[in-house]
Amino acid sequence: MALTDQARAPAPQPGSGFGVFSRVPGAWWATGFILLLMPLVAGNFWLFQVFGWSFCLGIIALSLMFLAGYGGMVSLVQMTVAVLAGYVVAILGNSGVEQISVGLSWWLYVPLAILIATGFATLVGALAVRTEGIYTIMITLAIASAFFYFTRQNYGIFNGYSGFNLVVPPRLFGVDWRQPTAFYYLSLGGAAVCYAAVVYVSRSPFGLALQGVRDNPRRMASLGFNVTAHRIAAYAFAGVVAAIGGILLVWQTSQVAPYSGGIAAVIDILIIAVVGGIRRPIGAFVGAFIFVLLSTFSPDVLSAFGLSNERFKLVIGVGFLVVVFFSPDGALGLWERWRARRRSAVDPLTGKAVAGGGP
Amino acid sequence: MTEFARRNPFWSLVIVVLAAAFLWLIVAPWSPGLEETLGRKRVFLNAIFGGLTLGALYFLVASGFTLIFGLMRNVNLAHGSLYLLGGYLGYTISTATDQWLITFPVVFVLVALVGLLMQHQVFRRMEGEELRQTMVTIGLSVVLADLMLWIWGGQSYTIQSPDWLSGPATLPIVAGVGSNGAPIYMRFPQVRIAILIAAIVIGVGMWIVLTRTRLGMLIRAGVDDREMLAASGVRINYVFLAVFGFGAGLAGIAGMVGGTFQSLSPGEDTRFLLASLVVVIVGGMGSIPGAALGALIIGLVEQIGLVYAPTYSVVFTFLIMAVVLAFRPQGLLGAGR
Repeated sequence: MALTDQARAPAPQPGSGFGVFSRVPGAWWATGFILLLMPLVAGNFWLFQVFGWSFCLGIIALSLMFLAGYGGMVSLVQMTVAVLAGYVVAILGNSGVEQISVGLSWWLYVPLAILIATGFATLVGALAVRTEGIYTIMITLAIASAFFYFTRQNYGIFNGYSGFNLVVPPRLFGVDWRQPTAFYYLSLGGAAVCYAAVVYVSRSPFGLALQGVRDNPRRMASLGFNVTAHRIAAYAFAGVVAAIGGILLVWQTSQVAPYSGGIAAVIDILIIAVVGGIRRPIGAFVGAFIFVLLSTFSPDVLSAFGLSNERFKLVIGVGFLVVVFFSPDGALGLWERWRARRRSAVDPLTGKAVAGGGP
Repeated sequence: MTEFARRNPFWSLVIVVLAAAFLWLIVAPWSPGLEETLGRKRVFLNAIFGGLTLGALYFLVASGFTLIFGLMRNVNLAHGSLYLLGGYLGYTISTATDQWLITFPVVFVLVALVGLLMQHQVFRRMEGEELRQTMVTIGLSVVLADLMLWIWGGQSYTIQSPDWLSGPATLPIVAGVGSNGAPIYMRFPQVRIAILIAAIVIGVGMWIVLTRTRLGMLIRAGVDDREMLAASGVRINYVFLAVFGFGAGLAGIAGMVGGTFQSLSPGEDTRFLLASLVVVIVGGMGSIPGAALGALIIGLVEQIGLVYAPTYSVVFTFLIMAVVLAFRPQGLLGAGR
């Protein structure tokens, strides 16, 4: 599980007060330092293609994790929100399609992209919270595919089938943010901020109320909490996170097209969140790292076994099935179970597995 | 129906007036003024009939989906894959044997077997865990899609319809007036008419089975209260198996139908999954008449939208879904949850 350690934690946030520092466990400091010093050892390909991409996908999966893990709402629309943010960046900023792109400066289009995508997410949330459980999956999936077909057909704004290319981050402070090292730190920073925000919100009164709503909406309603408002607010917050991930993703791939938000991409995000472990925020990044490793290297491995290298979707799908079958908690669940078993092996008196571990 | 009319006299009147106007638009020859605002009548009629056949196809796909959902609370997101699988199998078998009609039962049985396998080997093991079942269907759809891409490749196929169904039929509906003043009647592909009739027959048959037979009674009881039905001694797993197999087989047949009058290619599975989702959301989850109504609405809207506002036809579909969700979350004909 060395892989999980690397992608385990974004840099810990040096928050206010010194009490925060002493409460952070040592393993987190270690992963933080490893991640911060990664550019010293890793090559450009690893920094940009593997880690950069993992962080972008991880942020989007994190927004799904927030909704599903804390709100109990499995929303398949998060990738769509992210892609919408990417589209806004491409339309309002600069891209290769000059007749559509407006060419505003970055301090205008980045907030606008987040704002518009969040508005969209809130709207979808307002629709989706009218339903529960599996209905939410159906409705968000329908909305996501409607968005996909719409962008594919609309040429006036979304430039139809081909979408936008050459969408690059702005040159800021004399740094080209698309350089591997710069982008690595940019996406790492984004991931750390989003992770910290999700952890913070989940422990705030709002987050606790949201978890109460997840566990028993009726009781929370009778306690005077507005269940619908909490759920819609959760969608809005997840929308902000997804929008940040989407902006980073469009800068990483430098293009956005209908297929960025197609059904396959939407389901990829679900797979990432579930494979990593949907109960913990860090699971999103673990899942994204596993997904990126698989999609980057499985063609080589597959062709080494004499299979066509296009079969990587099969590998991903089967892996997803195996995880859903055997470990509903994803890779993190496996890891925790393994630790629990080791601990129980050390303690032969009770003969019972020590449940769980960690916070 | 009568109860609805008694409770909402105003809305019933509106519906009746709209339906009458619609019928008049179809039957009556159009005046030049009308043609100026709405375009050629032939275009309009083609859109309507195209919408009807598309709705019939959607109904075939969505009825299995809604049946499975209603009974087992299992959102089978691999339903689109079953559709595409049926289409591919139908293509392979019908080109090999050159028997279009006989391919249907074969495809039905084959895809139903796949469905039985899924229900027996996968979903039965995680009964009651709806979310996990749904996730598994997502994983299955990914795996099936890639397997089909592996076997049949990325090109698109069209299933040849038999000779006795090729060519257009003339319908007794006036499409326009020729230069010599004689009425021109509407012509429409025979295959599509056959599909429309077949869908209606299947729909009526399902309705009869559901309301008039013992099996239908069991299914309806299972939809209403699964635990109580199991407690009263019915071996509900067999009912589940039967319904899942039937729903899957229906999706397979629909794939064959869709492959005949449209085409089959990777990506069609998600298209029809989306269609069944929207149809079922609009019509009401778990209700066969709801699926019929939803399929009719979505098919018509999609075709009419395609003719009169090509860019936004998807948006219309989506808008209908959003409006239904906003004002009647259980769907038009769905029972309250």
